[in-house]
Amino acid sequence: MSVLVYTESEQGKFKKVAFEVASYAKAVADQLGTTVTAIAINASNISELSSYGVDKVLNISNTQLDAFNAKGYTEAIKQAAEKEASKVIILSSSANSKYLAPLLAVSLNAGYASNVIEAPSSTAPFTVKRTAFTNKAFEMTTINTDTKIVGVSNNSFGLVEKSGSASAEDFSPTISDLGVKVESVDKASNQVSIADAEIVVSGGRGLKGPENWGMIEELASVLGAATACSKPVSDLGWRPHGEHVGQTGKPVASNLYIAIGISGAIQHLAGINASKVKVVINTDPEAPFFKAADYGVVGDAFVVVPQLIEKLKAFKAQQ
Amino acid sequence: MKILVCISHVPDTTSKINFTEGDTKFDTNGVQFVINPNDEFGLTRAMWFKEKQGAHVTVINVGGTETEPTLRKALAIGADAAIRVNTAASDGFSVAKQLAAVVKEGGYDLIIAGRESIDYNGGMVPGMIAGLINANFVNNCISLEVDGNTAKAIREIDGGKETLSTSLPLVIGGQKGLVEESDLRIPNMRGIMMARQKPLTIVEPIEANNETTSVKFEKPAPKGAVKLVSPDNLDELVNLLHNEAKVI
Ligand SMILES: Cc1cc2nc3c(=O)[nH]c(=O)nc-3n(C[C@H](O)[C@H](O)[C@H](O)COP(=O)(O)OP(=O)(O)OC[C@H]3O[C@@H](n4cnc5c(N)ncnc54)[C@H](O)[C@@H]3O)c2cc1C
Repeated sequence: MSVLVYTESEQGKFKKVAFEVASYAKAVADQLGTTVTAIAINASNISELSSYGVDKVLNISNTQLDAFNAKGYTEAIKQAAEKEASKVIILSSSANSKYLAPLLAVSLNAGYASNVIEAPSSTAPFTVKRTAFTNKAFEMTTINTDTKIVGVSNNSFGLVEKSGSASAEDFSPTISDLGVKVESVDKASNQVSIADAEIVVSGGRGLKGPENWGMIEELASVLGAATACSKPVSDLGWRPHGEHVGQTGKPVASNLYIAIGISGAIQHLAGINASKVKVVINTDPEAPFFKAADYGVVGDAFVVVPQLIEKLKAFKAQQ
Repeated sequence: MKILVCISHVPDTTSKINFTEGDTKFDTNGVQFVINPNDEFGLTRAMWFKEKQGAHVTVINVGGTETEPTLRKALAIGADAAIRVNTAASDGFSVAKQLAAVVKEGGYDLIIAGRESIDYNGGMVPGMIAGLINANFVNNCISLEVDGNTAKAIREIDGGKETLSTSLPLVIGGQKGLVEESDLRIPNMRGIMMARQKPLTIVEPIEANNETTSVKFEKPAPKGAVKLVSPDNLDELVNLLHNEAKVI
């Protein structure tokens, strides 16, 4: 009856969210008085999961699952859940986990709560807190089914290290026809993605044009951050659609969000409410973003950002 | 091609979010309802298929009579027919079950839903429909082409995109990118007049339990005032981010 957690990896390496969902699974398992079993698919260093409370790893090596496929991964996780008689399954909020979770919910006839930000407030009834109305509110949700699926919001629970050792067991699920075939993947390998980022540096229409994004990228690189933008910026084609943050774009749940030349319209703020610390740089002291921010600089981005880059470089050099 | 576009009836993006009845119900007072933005991209793509390749487009919503103006708007944009499943949309799984029942009955080739609705953000309806009717599924879909029985789709992944090939019947969870923002349509007078003649069928719901129950809502705690740092003293900002906020 252990709590089952799907720990994502990329090219064999666990993603940071894998450790976060493992930490979350451990908290749930403690509440239920049971153990944590992790599913690792084509991951190389499974012992790393020991440090986050995992008791046992079901180790899947399968070339059919080399590229992510929602149906194939669903079948693997379903069979693992049946084998372990798991009634609680934990996933992250990555694009891939959100892709497979509803399929898994149907195949296990399980209720699914996405965007969950805290450990359950009660396990009977099983009640979790999730974000709703694009981060303008929280919803307490009870999952009524026997089997429950929880999608944990990235960067919400954090990493909780525990010393321990996880046993490993090879597991070979049967995977049928995948239905959808990956033809190609287009991904910048050296960039931090918005979903995984702890820090996001975002630019708005105040930057005047795409030619000025060099300083945004440089600031992001000094901080090891992802870059993002407001909606008009992607609509104008200054930046790719995938960077557009907000109610109709991507939600951001980073530890630090730096908004440069962004006014702070309600639809933009909705997407970044879940970020912990917000810094705003804007020429207009009346910009609505200052009401939502923790720290603000009233000033011209073209003057402030280059200086900030220098200060941060000096700070990093000292560390 | 028979296309079904799932339309969620949601508060306008500028809405103030409030709750009533001891914070258990969303307060609709003074709130404007619109077609969910992710669904609007999907509806526009369906119009493209209709005009360029020939398709019959039905829009559907699970909800009470109050959602009919939203369905009429979708008809005014150009959908051929509308269906309302006559039951309150209470949780994602039960909504998906209602939609899947209509899909099975109607034999649709392509089901377009939004990646998520901007009210409850469940992100589960499209995938659950696919699971329930055993169709192929592409989530976070930002491009879709259909040729006969085969489909080519691009989906957004964390930090990039992925090109996929698959076949019909297909369900997509669509989003911005499916069509250009500038291609979104505002109903014109002629469309609005024509929408009145188009069929809006009311279907009674199948029996479906709620797998999840919304118990209570909370609003985020009010924020403290912003700490302003002078542009001439950025060392202070670095210091605050390091020592006070502890984020760098
Ligand atoms: C249905 C709908 C959905 C929407 N969804 C989203 C969404 O998901 N995300 C989103 O972002 N928006 C969304 N919007 C748009 C939103 O309402 C705003 O229009 C948008 O966020 C504004 O972007 P901006 O702040 O970059 O541009 P602007 O509003 O033009 O603001 C630019 C800011 O830059 C400042 N500035 C100018 N020059 C400088 C300088 N040199 N240095 C520093 N600051 C400077 C200005 O003072 C101003 O505050 C949506 C709108 C609608 C209707």
